[in-house]
Amino acid sequence: MNEVALLLAATIASGTPLALAGLGLLLNERAGVLNLGAEGMMLVAAIAGFATAFATGSDMLAFAAGAAAGGGMALVFGVLVIGLNTNQYATGLALSIFGGGFSAFVGAGYVGQRLSDRAQWALPLLSDIPVLGPALFRQHPLAWIALLLCVAIALMLYRTRAGLILRAIGESPESAHALGYPVRTLRLLAVVAGGALCGLAGAFLSVVYAPMWVEGLVAGRGWIALALTAFATWRPARVLLGAYLFGGLTMVQFWMQTAGVPIASYWLAMLPYVATIVVLAVISRNPTWIRLNMPASLGKAYHPGH
Amino acid sequence: MLRLEPRPEPSIAMGLLSPLIALLLTAIIAAGLFVALGKDPLRGLEVFFVQPINGLRPISEVLLKATPLVLCALGLAVCYRANVWNIGAEGQLLVGAIAAGGVALWLSGALPGMPRGSLAVALLVAGVLGGMAWAALTAWLRDRCNANEILVSLMLVYVAQQLLNYLVFGPWRDPQGFNFPQTPTFPSSTWLLPLWQGTRLHWGALLAPLLAVAAWVLLFRSWKGYELQVGGAAPMAARYAGFSSRQALWFALLLSGGLAGLAGAMEVAGPVRQLTPYLSTGIGFTAIIVCFVGRLHPVGIVLAGILLSMMVIGGELAQSRLGLPNALSGVFQGLLLFLLLACDTLVGNRLRRRAA
Repeated sequence: MNEVALLLAATIASGTPLALAGLGLLLNERAGVLNLGAEGMMLVAAIAGFATAFATGSDMLAFAAGAAAGGGMALVFGVLVIGLNTNQYATGLALSIFGGGFSAFVGAGYVGQRLSDRAQWALPLLSDIPVLGPALFRQHPLAWIALLLCVAIALMLYRTRAGLILRAIGESPESAHALGYPVRTLRLLAVVAGGALCGLAGAFLSVVYAPMWVEGLVAGRGWIALALTAFATWRPARVLLGAYLFGGLTMVQFWMQTAGVPIASYWLAMLPYVATIVVLAVISRNPTWIRLNMPASLGKAYHPGH
Repeated sequence: MLRLEPRPEPSIAMGLLSPLIALLLTAIIAAGLFVALGKDPLRGLEVFFVQPINGLRPISEVLLKATPLVLCALGLAVCYRANVWNIGAEGQLLVGAIAAGGVALWLSGALPGMPRGSLAVALLVAGVLGGMAWAALTAWLRDRCNANEILVSLMLVYVAQQLLNYLVFGPWRDPQGFNFPQTPTFPSSTWLLPLWQGTRLHWGALLAPLLAVAAWVLLFRSWKGYELQVGGAAPMAARYAGFSSRQALWFALLLSGGLAGLAGAMEVAGPVRQLTPYLSTGIGFTAIIVCFVGRLHPVGIVLAGILLSMMVIGGELAQSRLGLPNALSGVFQGLLLFLLLACDTLVGNRLRRRAA
């Protein structure tokens, strides 16, 4: 494989967890719930996945454990925010802080352990195309699942009744309630589904991408995924695009470090975070653009009958 | 069956009780966790809640660690009351520490042989300015570009940490430091001197209660504080009254950035006396918990700062005395905030038995 192919392949690999988490958060936010706990859910899922893979050697179980951990934490968040009407920002922050502490605690015994590199799937014929073949068609299966998921979520949101209802409870929960939809139950479902996807992303990071455990392994990717949903103006295809752009940025940074570009690695390590800030600033400049695209009741509690 | 029924007025008593109930529940869960880990639960709780205040020297350590927590949390309380969601106190603290460290390096070269402690104030001022500058980035991006302050301030934490890493691994590294990533130990002229011989508790710690009083005056006895809180609680009313939301944004962020920077400078001039990459162990994030447990009120924040400081030290003790990972402290801190938010439901609601 030549360098371009390697870089492309690595871009997709590092974009995949962002895509999975971003799509999960998109589901949350389309339903009107902002979960700032993404980082914490991903961290707990990462250690859950890692520990499972370490103990059983089964990736499927590891991903299931990750998704369950993410979904479980999201359930706690959902019950507090939707059931008890706690402040969404504060509760999400609590989830992130708790996740950071809990994952470090559980992971203390796993620091420095490594898993073997995971097998990739090569699509026959396509993976033999020069340059693009090895880059795009030799990936871990989850990379493709992220792609399929994006298509599925887009179809669901825009082409099915379920998607219409989901968008309705995010735009105007009052109307959805008046039409007889159980707004709070549906929101809880969306929150748990989003959390499970964040969990899958976390498990991918620790089991496939790293594949090891260190404290704070997620390194802000949960927060970047949150920024991605705004960057994508809450559209699935753009979440995917944004995820690969950020993945590419991370990889260019690694590539520059190994290629001996005379910039201290610390400046390069800032790149993804600085880029997130710049992107946020640029896309937020036009308030009407954001207002038109943002789910109208995002972050607002809804409690019928009061 | 029980059900929740909204109260006509939020209960003040529940507002004060809720942190205590949350603390009690945290302790119960903690005891359960100790049992699950095969430790004596009473001994575990003792390590977290008794040993940190068992004697004058331990108490001085609790107060030492509570100081930066209280400083950061006071600023955050002003922010949250104004509905400005600064969650990047950690980054502002780090940049404050960097600024203080830079000044210490510069002064130790320019003014050698000054008396002990004579230059400490310069470090603190530099820290305040550094923290304010870092928070100003968030304020500017929010003001000019409407960029979400939660994400921007959080991203800037990672940038600040890399900046610190760059300096201590690179240009500021101690040439005689055996390649450890750290600056030289700063000269004694830049130190915040201890209040008592044999403790690390320094003069700067006295600023925390003073600033808490100042924050109380600002929030509850000044026009500016009133403007800020109206802007936070009822943005439309604030606009109608002609209170500038832009001003409130800048004021809240610069104030909290300055206080976090001061906290960072105090760490440098007080206990640490050099820059290392491990300067802050999440002080800025723990301060968020302090802020909520303290009910966004200066008096509460001082008490909560002491409590959370005990939990931080308890984590260290749990490692050395019980052989449990230090991260246990983070678990309890997160739990406390969670349970607090859940208990706060009872501030605005009450439990009623459901009519059959």
